[in-house]
Amino acid sequence: MAELLFWPALLGYGEAAFAYASPRYTRLGTWGVRLGWLAQTGLLGVQAARVDGFPWSSWAGSLNLFVWFVVGAYLIWGCQQRYRLLGLAVMPVAALLFVVARIGGGTAAGQRSNYSNLFLVVHVGFVIAAFAGFTLAAALATLYLVEERRLKRRATDILRLKLPSLVVLERVTFRTIAVSLPLLTVGLVSGIVRLREDHGGVDALMAVTILTWLVYAVILGIRPAGRNAAYLALLGFGFVIVARIVLAGTHF
Amino acid sequence: MRLSLVGISHHVAPVELRERVSLPLEAATALATRLGDAVCISTCNRTEVYLAGEDETRALASLEELAGEPLRSVAYRMHDEAAAVHLFRVSAGLDSLVPGESEILGQVRAAFDAASPGPILDRVFRQALQLGKRVRTETAIGESPASVPSAAAALAEQVFGDLKGRRVLLVGAGRIGELAAGSLSARGATIAYVANRSAEAAGRVAERFGATALPLEEVAAKLAEVDVVLTSTSAPGLLVRAADVPSRRRQPLFFIDIAVPRDVDPDIQRLDGCYLYDIDDLEAVVAETLAGRRVEAARAEKLVVEEAERYREWQSSLDVVPAIAALRSHAEAIRAHELAKLPELPEDQRQVIELVTSQMLNKLLHLPTIRMKQASSDGDGIEVVRTVRHLFGLEEKP
Repeated sequence: MAELLFWPALLGYGEAAFAYASPRYTRLGTWGVRLGWLAQTGLLGVQAARVDGFPWSSWAGSLNLFVWFVVGAYLIWGCQQRYRLLGLAVMPVAALLFVVARIGGGTAAGQRSNYSNLFLVVHVGFVIAAFAGFTLAAALATLYLVEERRLKRRATDILRLKLPSLVVLERVTFRTIAVSLPLLTVGLVSGIVRLREDHGGVDALMAVTILTWLVYAVILGIRPAGRNAAYLALLGFGFVIVARIVLAGTHF
Repeated sequence: MRLSLVGISHHVAPVELRERVSLPLEAATALATRLGDAVCISTCNRTEVYLAGEDETRALASLEELAGEPLRSVAYRMHDEAAAVHLFRVSAGLDSLVPGESEILGQVRAAFDAASPGPILDRVFRQALQLGKRVRTETAIGESPASVPSAAAALAEQVFGDLKGRRVLLVGAGRIGELAAGSLSARGATIAYVANRSAEAAGRVAERFGATALPLEEVAAKLAEVDVVLTSTSAPGLLVRAADVPSRRRQPLFFIDIAVPRDVDPDIQRLDGCYLYDIDDLEAVVAETLAGRRVEAARAEKLVVEEAERYREWQSSLDVVPAIAALRSHAEAIRAHELAKLPELPEDQRQVIELVTSQMLNKLLHLPTIRMKQASSDGDGIEVVRTVRHLFGLEEKP
């Protein structure tokens, strides 16, 4: 029965994805995000309660958790009426990934977990949370590039179809990365500690994740401005995609 | 006739005439008081007098006195629902020169607050003010700028977000530049420098904004210290060249060039972190937002239609309520008359008869009362009232 929570969550996300298309229904969209996220939180809670260990170990399960983090981060950073177009960028993708997680069996409750070790739980949980943050940062960086291009091209509809301002987009992208990078650091360090205990080697996923960390560390370290910052954030997200999709299932 | 309106506006009267009839709030209120139950709205685009139960001829005569000429060819007169709908459109900003401008709502409110209207004007004006608010919250009619200066400020916000603390260099001390600077200042920006060929004009504008006056030669040196450069001179050549712009590592630099011929080198748009809008770009943005306003105006008109419907229902109820009261009073008079014919009876028997006849009367009138109210909300109130008055021989007085 608890799996049924998937449907109100999907309904909320789907409704938001459509509602954000029109300025008239922005408020409805925001309520869709909130209620959908609450329903997904309930679903994750049930999944956690029914499993002895980490319940999102499969690629689909981790995708489910990933969507929850992305929507959660969006709720905290950008879920405002005046940033409707940000919601229009995030929510359709979130709804789609949520459906993919469902098809892959990642929203079922009561599955047996491969991980019962707290150490691994921390490792996987933190990495997924960080990747979710980087995804949101990539969406923000994309919006920055779109808005910057519109300003450069002097788009006549720039005040009618409003995006957040360049400075705000740049600032929120940076903050999202500043929150996400420490999470990835904890996830990576916990993984490396475990690796040393097991005397294991570095695989492709680990290498890509370290590269991802380096790219975002450069962003925080040298704090590039304008388009360069956006391009770097997208480069980092490219590594996230490789880690999450191309190399999914190669690590454990 | 309950509500009437007489007035002139930008649709029918030229500015020379409107300015003669335009009144400050105190004078408009005094005029309304002289005319009786009235409210006078007077702005640069319209002077209108709304009256309840009064003949508008006197109001028209007062406006003609102000104009110093007959106004029959330009003044409009409206009555009842037409007058109410006109007021609704005015407060919604739909009758304004720029659709959706917000100032008019405050002007209608001020005129209403200053007057001492009776129940009819009170009801209609409150409804109009509520509608004005609804239009601005339920549609996007007032969200986009409708002029070049406000578009310039709104574009700066698209770059910087909040303009608080952003520093502006104003080049040129002309009227349009000053207006655009005022628009930026109203949104929180600091006008830091005013540069102009004439030191006196620069000083005057700089004083208004609390800025520093500069000669034109120092413009290039100040580019590193500001976020927005607003130019509006009549100089024949370029005043700001791409080579003058310092490399900006962290913050964007936004140029607004409303001068013709242009003051700012168009190549600046190619520089990283620099954004340049000239007068053509700004006018294109304004044209687009005005087109958007017209789309929203169509939505606002639907809200006006809803309010007109509510007004009609209220009007119908005004027709029905006195008729219901007259019918009941007529029936009660018959009952009292017939009871008076009874012979002397013991008090308890008289009370029983009074109770029974009263209950009979109530039951007889219950359904007609309900039906009349129903007819009122269906828009047939006036017809039904006429029929009831005719059938029962009630007085024609409402």
